[in-house]
Amino acid sequence: MKRYSAFAVAREALGNHMGWERAWASPEPKKKYDVIIIGAGGHGLATAYYLGKNHGITNVAILEKGWLGGGNTGRNTTIIRSNYLQDPSAAIYEKARSLYETLSQDLNYNVMFSPRGVMMLAQTQHEVRGYERTAHANALQGVKTEFITPARVKELVPIINLDGPRYPVLGALWQARGGTARHDAVAWGYARACSAMGMDVIQKCEVTGVRTVDGKVQGVTTNRGDIDCEKLGVVVAGHSGHVADMAGFRLPIESVTLQALVSEPIKPCMDVVVMANTVHGYMSQSDKGEMVIGGGTDGSNNYTQRGSFHHIEETVRALVETFPMVSRLKMLRQWGGIVDITGDRSPMLSKTPVENMFINCGWGTGGFKAIPGSGWGFAELVAKGYSPLTEEFGIDRFKEGRFIDESGAAGVAH
Amino acid sequence: MLILECPCCGVVGEETEFAGGGEAHLKRFGPGSSEENFHDYLFAKENPKGVHFERWRHANGCGKWFHAARNTVTLEVYGTYSAQTYEPPQEIKDKVSAKVPGWSWREFA
Ligand SMILES: Cc1cc2nc3c(=O)[nH]c(=O)nc-3n(C[C@H](O)[C@H](O)[C@H](O)COP(=O)(O)OP(=O)(O)OC[C@H]3O[C@@H](n4cnc5c(N)ncnc54)[C@H](O)[C@@H]3O)c2cc1C
Repeated sequence: MKRYSAFAVAREALGNHMGWERAWASPEPKKKYDVIIIGAGGHGLATAYYLGKNHGITNVAILEKGWLGGGNTGRNTTIIRSNYLQDPSAAIYEKARSLYETLSQDLNYNVMFSPRGVMMLAQTQHEVRGYERTAHANALQGVKTEFITPARVKELVPIINLDGPRYPVLGALWQARGGTARHDAVAWGYARACSAMGMDVIQKCEVTGVRTVDGKVQGVTTNRGDIDCEKLGVVVAGHSGHVADMAGFRLPIESVTLQALVSEPIKPCMDVVVMANTVHGYMSQSDKGEMVIGGGTDGSNNYTQRGSFHHIEETVRALVETFPMVSRLKMLRQWGGIVDITGDRSPMLSKTPVENMFINCGWGTGGFKAIPGSGWGFAELVAKGYSPLTEEFGIDRFKEGRFIDESGAAGVAH
Repeated sequence: MLILECPCCGVVGEETEFAGGGEAHLKRFGPGSSEENFHDYLFAKENPKGVHFERWRHANGCGKWFHAARNTVTLEVYGTYSAQTYEPPQEIKDKVSAKVPGWSWREFA
């Protein structure tokens, strides 16, 4: 792999930019791998990357039914933060956020991490108490957040309407080192690094069956033939229940569509991320100038990647209340992704009833921010059978009543 | 937009009139049951990519609960029916079979 650098840009300019090599290879599947990862979204690719980088396992294939990053990773609104309530969440989300800080250098690929600050508005007394509690919890966890006043909110976000018609802004939870990153670049950067380590990223390869012998995984069936493996990692987000079904077990997960939309590009007007959980909407401005907007999930199970119309209406109404200038913007595009929601709004990074088959799912509406940390922990789990980062996130926690309740922190979809 | 007919009051309404209540036809396991059964009753979901039997409430209408058979990929509604039943009526099953031969669901109970 040729490294990207300012020098490389100059060198390639001399050759009319004809010398750039492909960022990753498109190999044919081999008969057998040490580890197969199903799903080339951010979490699957990051898992493969850290399997190679931290554990020296490079005989790995990442199988993707569509194109890499074409699932939720390429459809999300890219908010990165780690201001969760429970200790196990703080650990994995903060690990991820801190890895994002140097991810571009690490991958030699610009993921455009922009720690511009994330603000979560408190618009009811209940929310004020909830976020003050989170700020205290974060202080103990070593995650830097603070509860700020309405005046400070206005200073950071001049376009905001503090005394909204329904819910005035009473304060906000502020994480200055939260922000955004370029979603595609995260998938592409990891894919390029995996390919450079000799791993096979295989697109248009759909897994249609999981083969087991005596309760132990043997391999997968795909539309490109059978492929064997020692270990299998399932990282397919909204399709987790579907793939678990192939292996004969059920999961505490429901799949619904979450949608997002972007406006026409306008001049810079808001340089932080604002989330308004009570009225149910959030917004940030992309580098191109589009306002990136998201809101609620659908109210019933579906696999449509489209989303119901009344949720757009609800989201836009919330944002017009919060930022009156939005009412004059044209919306350019809308899309949806299938998110995998668990009962306690926390993910599962876990062994499964099938030996040597592992699953990483349940990131639901908020897993983009977790990609590096999740990959780091899940790779360790797959390689060694144990990781301190994933320990609390087992499937068994439901049976044992050890919920990691983040319904407050993950209340609005993001 | 999803359109449902409430079998309790007969009103045909669009989605915002109703509230989804998740998977239907759960077999209850209570005190004295095995851990496995109790866990599955509370948490394990069918979550199929295809035919789904689910509970709805006519929240902004008559307020009553009912069931619907719906496809989670095409969003087609095969029919709605009374919640006072352990399994979908034969007529609904036939409709589903006509559209999705070989559909499956865990044991009805
Ligand atoms: C609209 C929207 C906004 C969001 N906003 C945010 C946000 O602001 N911040 C945040 O942190 N998170 C956000 N999220 C959540 C985040 O996008 C996801 O949690 C995260 O991207 C999940 O990554 P993944 O790698 O697990 O899944 P995905 O990126 O969905 O990857 C899974 C891959 O598996 C593939 N696959 C599925 N089945 C098979 C099969 N049988 N064989 C082979 N391949 C298969 C899929 O094609 C897919 O590419 C948002 C999500 C959506 C939909």
